[in-house]
Amino acid sequence: MSKPEQKEADRQSREFLGSLQTALQRGGTEDIGGPEWITVREFLTDFSAVRAKNGYSPSETASMIFSLKESLFFALQEEYAADAGALGSAVWTSSKLLDNLGLFTMEAFQKSREEIISRQQQELLELSTPVVRLWDNILALPLIGTLDSARTQVVMENLLEAIVATRSDFAIIDITGVPVVDTLVAQHLLKTVAAARLMGADCLISGIRPQIAQTIIHLGVDLAGVTTKATLADAFALALRRSGNRVVREDKTKRAPVR
Amino acid sequence: MDRIPILKMGAYLLVTIQVDMHDRLALTLQDDLTMQIVKHRTRGVLIDISGLEMVDSFIGRMLGTIASMARLLDAETMVVGMQPAVAITLVELGLSLNGVRTALDVDKGMRALQAAVSEAGQDSNESFEL
Repeated sequence: MSKPEQKEADRQSREFLGSLQTALQRGGTEDIGGPEWITVREFLTDFSAVRAKNGYSPSETASMIFSLKESLFFALQEEYAADAGALGSAVWTSSKLLDNLGLFTMEAFQKSREEIISRQQQELLELSTPVVRLWDNILALPLIGTLDSARTQVVMENLLEAIVATRSDFAIIDITGVPVVDTLVAQHLLKTVAAARLMGADCLISGIRPQIAQTIIHLGVDLAGVTTKATLADAFALALRRSGNRVVREDKTKRAPVR
Repeated sequence: MDRIPILKMGAYLLVTIQVDMHDRLALTLQDDLTMQIVKHRTRGVLIDISGLEMVDSFIGRMLGTIASMARLLDAETMVVGMQPAVAITLVELGLSLNGVRTALDVDKGMRALQAAVSEAGQDSNESFEL
């Protein structure tokens, strides 16, 4: 443990002990759901959230509570050295209290981890469906990663909204980055193409890799009504041609050099 | 409102659906439209559904049947301005409206309709400007 970490742990332990003491003085019992324990609970929630964010393991987080046991039991032993019965019940009570606090910490830790995960999922969903404008009236949607129903729904809606917003006649769905195409994904692609057609836009699919072409045919999916191209470049060229544009390579040798 | 207005623009009929359709309204529209097509010898029908926020299977099927009826009467049908939500619903319902031409807005739809009609009318040597 480095020096600042040591210092931080020291500060946290002090704060925890302080709030624990206050809670006990206010008459808190081992049931930590009571109102006396509010400060302790808040401290533990913050503490485990910070720990979860900084990548500590669950046992590292919980050991902060459980490390208290050893010193506490020693103190109790000294206090009740003469009375074995009282010692037993005191150890039992404090053990129960510390266990409850430990469990509460774990729950809070778990909860903040789950929050992080769900936030990341949301971010991934937003990041993974960009609609790009390639040219006047030509949109592209490069898909990357596995497609599930939720994502495909977002993809479909984003694309259709973008078609309306930009009044584009052509949309190219590029699936180079999609590792697996199963019947469900193929079905979703077909639906998106059909929906785009209903709105009056042409939808092309590009980037079908050799294995995926084989899978689609083996699955018996009928992509006959859909224009497919091997690469995004081919699809883009086709869209340009269909929209009446022409790409010409300029012959540089015939031009006078520009000074 | 118990009728959807049908406007005549040159050789074309323009229908704009601005209210949510119910079944009776849809049937009335079917009647009116087929009658108008015959009356004006229309070659193209443009249906603007940009104001339509909700569809059910009946309305979806109706769009398809209107197109088929118009085809029988020698008119092309163009459906324009479908909202994304409506498109998704129709596809989920399994209604891809395969015989229907579509366009993003009235502007593009009119141009495409003119092209389609002049293509179809080439054998009769007529011209169909607005």
